[in-house]
Amino acid sequence: MNRELKRVTIVALLMFLTLFVATTVIQYVQASNLAADPRNARTLYESYSVERGPILVGGEPIAYSEPSDDDYKFQRIYANGPLYAPITGFIPVNGEATGLEQSLNPVLSGQSESQFFDSLNRLISGQDPMGASVEVAIDPVAQQAAWDALGDYTGAVIVTEPATGRILAMVTKPTYDPNALAVHSGTQVEETYQALVEDPGDPLFNRATGGDMNPPGSVFKLVMTAAALESGQFTPDSTFPNPAEFTLPGTSSVVRNSSGGTCGGGSEVTLATALRLSCNIPFAELALQLGDDAIRAQAEKFGFNSNFTTPNPTETSTYPGDPDEPQTALTGFGQGDVRATPLQMAMVSAAIANDGIVMNPDLVDSITAPDFRTIEEFSASEFGRAISAQTAQTMTEMMVDGVENGAASNARIDGVSVAGKTGTAENGEDDPYTLWFTGFAPADDPQYAITVLVEDGGGLGQEGFGNGVAAPVAKKVLEAVLNK
Amino acid sequence: MTDRATRPDERAPATEGVRRIRLPQKLRNLEFWLLLAACLINAGAIVLVQLGAMGRVDTQLVLLGAGLSALVFGLHIAMRFVARDADPFLLPIATLLNGLGIAMIYRIDIAYGDAGWQSAAVRQIVWSAIAIIAAIATILLLRNHRTLFRYTYVSGLIAIVLLLLPLVPGLGREVSGARVWIGFGDIATFQPGEIAKIALAVFFAGYLVRNRDSLSMVGRRFLGMKFPRARDLGPLLVVWALSMSVIVFQRDLGTALLYFGLFLVMLYVATSRLSWVVLGLALFFGGAIIASQTLEYVNGRFRNWLDAFNPEVYEAAGGSYQLVQGLFGLANGGLIGTGLGQGRPDLTPVPQSDYIIASLGEELGLAGVFVILGLYVLFVARGFRIGFAGQDDFGKLLGVGLSFVVALQVFIVVGGVTRVIPLTGLTTPFLAAGGSSLVANWIIVALLLRLSDTVRNHPRLVIDG
Repeated sequence: MNRELKRVTIVALLMFLTLFVATTVIQYVQASNLAADPRNARTLYESYSVERGPILVGGEPIAYSEPSDDDYKFQRIYANGPLYAPITGFIPVNGEATGLEQSLNPVLSGQSESQFFDSLNRLISGQDPMGASVEVAIDPVAQQAAWDALGDYTGAVIVTEPATGRILAMVTKPTYDPNALAVHSGTQVEETYQALVEDPGDPLFNRATGGDMNPPGSVFKLVMTAAALESGQFTPDSTFPNPAEFTLPGTSSVVRNSSGGTCGGGSEVTLATALRLSCNIPFAELALQLGDDAIRAQAEKFGFNSNFTTPNPTETSTYPGDPDEPQTALTGFGQGDVRATPLQMAMVSAAIANDGIVMNPDLVDSITAPDFRTIEEFSASEFGRAISAQTAQTMTEMMVDGVENGAASNARIDGVSVAGKTGTAENGEDDPYTLWFTGFAPADDPQYAITVLVEDGGGLGQEGFGNGVAAPVAKKVLEAVLNK
Repeated sequence: MTDRATRPDERAPATEGVRRIRLPQKLRNLEFWLLLAACLINAGAIVLVQLGAMGRVDTQLVLLGAGLSALVFGLHIAMRFVARDADPFLLPIATLLNGLGIAMIYRIDIAYGDAGWQSAAVRQIVWSAIAIIAAIATILLLRNHRTLFRYTYVSGLIAIVLLLLPLVPGLGREVSGARVWIGFGDIATFQPGEIAKIALAVFFAGYLVRNRDSLSMVGRRFLGMKFPRARDLGPLLVVWALSMSVIVFQRDLGTALLYFGLFLVMLYVATSRLSWVVLGLALFFGGAIIASQTLEYVNGRFRNWLDAFNPEVYEAAGGSYQLVQGLFGLANGGLIGTGLGQGRPDLTPVPQSDYIIASLGEELGLAGVFVILGLYVLFVARGFRIGFAGQDDFGKLLGVGLSFVVALQVFIVVGGVTRVIPLTGLTTPFLAAGGSSLVANWIIVALLLRLSDTVRNHPRLVIDG
């Protein structure tokens, strides 16, 4: 009988072993997956019931939690909500969080692995759990200036620090008030959210890092110029035929310069002049000479076709995979299937300002535990070198020329040399233009790289131009931060 | 064991081959200290629940708990007189599990805002008191387990009657689809099936000891195994039919599995014929597969188990909502748990009965679940020890059966909650809210204590060879 008993004992042990394994799988291996399930109300209550860490700008909270008397224990408050909405996002009682509230939820709610011993300590000592605070890179002066300068335009402004990739300002309009989505009534959140989704102005879009995904138009000529100079076959003085009309190869489609005529007169035009006056035909010709592979390679060195997290998710800017010849010619002046976010264009300008090195964009400066222990400190990281220092220097001079004597004249600031490039991108046949400005200042010691995007032609339909609408916005922002 | 024999105080005088001398006093003293520790942990758990969930201490429930502790010590004292050689671990383990269960049920009460006689914790304490008194009565009245051998067929009859009770019109009650309850008027629901498992274990043990020769000796060899004759299949078919009728008429998958598993294990131990197990499992799973095709509730259980996270299954009535919520709860507990009174076990349906292990897992974490499962392992191991060391076959079989029924029940419930097997409604022994389950499991404790006392009692001096 004892032999059988031994076998039964083994069976019983195996049964318990199964339970040990199953609970380990659920409570350890799969725990974070289960916590991430949107149906898991506990994760939500949890993230509310701890005193969620604040999000700080220049030491001042832009998102913080105050005790409340209901189930959620704390009410999230967004100071200056609409201004900082694209950075903070919001955390609703139902549905998914966005912005830093989502991307840094583990640290804000005190659940990240680096806070394990901290929370264990608090559990043992009986203190209430508390999340870490997040200091963002945003400069409040730049942010406010960008907000004011953009006015009522639909669009975005992004300011970065060329040497580090820190994002100093990020404004998108129209926007929303995250406080309205942080109320503790699920139905109210649902209604507000639905209204925002149905709003034709798409206020939930963050147009600085995504949204409609516009063609970059002429600001893409910076990438083209970089590709030309880096190829070694071209210098700023290289010349191109200068007709007033250019028929795309193999089609009957005609490309014109925005002036309608030739590019500054003469039968030939230099690359420098073409960039300064932002002519389309020379760049279409350049695109055909370089070929799509060379352009794509250069664009990808600037960050196109790569995805970045700041740690907020961003949309990927794209250069098309296999355009035919006429399409390649169109990409030469940022049309065709090229799409770019203001963030991507800011990275292009910042790379030119930073001796050719592209920095990874970053929103967060530091994360600090409730006991003031630093959990994470921002350190600048390189995405890679896009162009040589020599090319960067040459392009800086060309961009300064563009502001002082060329198509970006409205970004001129007295006493400061500004490097810049405007863009006026076409959408559909009768659709309003998308207006751009990208550049940096001071050109001799770059502190700020800026990109302005204005959609819907700035309300002017096909009458608005980058220099008329976007460049003045950039000028105001640069003046504000340089006069600080 | 040899190192013990060399200790001066245990060295036997002059006799060669003496392994050790029974020292009942020592066993009972060990039990006393373990019991004291268990009671203190339980009181601590209740206080922590209050601090965690309410932020203050309410002495009323602690006092009720102290009353229970007094009863447990009553059992301990009774054993000092009538079961001096009984296993010293069984009682403290049962006490600790019972207390942790009360603390968690109380925690759910707080979340639900139930107090006084509405409170499930207060009812659980009252039932615990009844259960412990029943255990004391068992150990006082049943001085020799072989008495039960005489009532083999009476036990079988009692088991059948208990199982049929819920089907009696006017007496039976249906709770969440399963017709396994009886009640009088609006109150006092009781699951006779819980008591029936003890009666069944007694009946199986007695029956198998009487008939195992015919069940094990004759038969035909096939595929390397000796299969029984067709006419000896009777008992197996009867128990199988019984289990299937529980599935069909009472709609209780878990109980059916429990009874049948119990019978198979006891049959195997008694006859040492693996063929019985093979036949039995084939019969049971064959029946279960047919049931899952034809009975909607069994089918639903399987669907919830296999495809729990499918939104359709999740949102269906009687779908996997509860199962998934339980998993969320366990995951929320993580390694160390949220702390007593600090989680949200009340978000899962029936967190105080079927899902108490998920509630405990949420607030005590994986660490707590391991301790609880470890306690069950130890409990079952002490029970099996009776089987190994027992002198008479009836006692051995009964000890194994009662221990295995606890192990199997834990496996069915916890395995269901953790998605190892389909979820079936059974109570977690000692932990879950439910009077009948408590009474049954405490009687099992008393029977195991009685058996272990007999095993150690004679001979006093164990001589090798």
